[in-house]
Amino acid sequence: MSWTDVLDVAAAACLLAGCLLSLLAALGMIRFPDLLSRMHAATKPQVLGLVLVLVGLGLRLRDERTLGLLLLVVLFQFSTAPIASHMAGRAAFRAGQVDHDLLVTDELSETLESHEEPRGAP
Amino acid sequence: MTWVLGICSAFLVVAAVLVVVRITRGPTMLDRIVAFDVLVSATICALGLEAAVHQHTHSLPILAALALLGFVSTASVASLTGGRQGVEEEDR
Repeated sequence: MSWTDVLDVAAAACLLAGCLLSLLAALGMIRFPDLLSRMHAATKPQVLGLVLVLVGLGLRLRDERTLGLLLLVVLFQFSTAPIASHMAGRAAFRAGQVDHDLLVTDELSETLESHEEPRGAP
Repeated sequence: MTWVLGICSAFLVVAAVLVVVRITRGPTMLDRIVAFDVLVSATICALGLEAAVHQHTHSLPILAALALLGFVSTASVASLTGGRQGVEEEDR
């Protein structure tokens, strides 16, 4: 068993795990009851699944010139996925779509209420 | 690598179908846009899988563009539905 076979097996494992995470996220989208828990499921393939698939791709290409571009893809996704999740969760909370019975702790409501109090004159 | 391509493609196709079901059914616009994000990441996984199995680098720029611009739809929809307008009542 040569080195390329070992790398191929590792790449296959990474690709299988990444695609399985996509499937699990889709199951979560169907099964979970509200938006915040669906967002919890949605982040798995966005970050870990993407990293696993790109590690599999890098192990399979075995070319150091493509590593920079692969790292760039991971960096882009790491920097943009939190922005999207933050804005979606914030919009859901402000629109009153969050089921407060399902929350364990809710610090944002208290903060918003304290900010809605009238301020004194500057 | 052919069986890896088969199994992973089956995973991704089932995932895409389930996500499209959620996009169709999703009670609010934000549910749909979060599901759409999952569909974009499944697309990235499919492109990476195909490039890995066939050992070519043609789709790497597409991966970079999708990873960089995938959040624009979510950000714009989330900021445009900031108030209660554009949000449907829940009818599950």
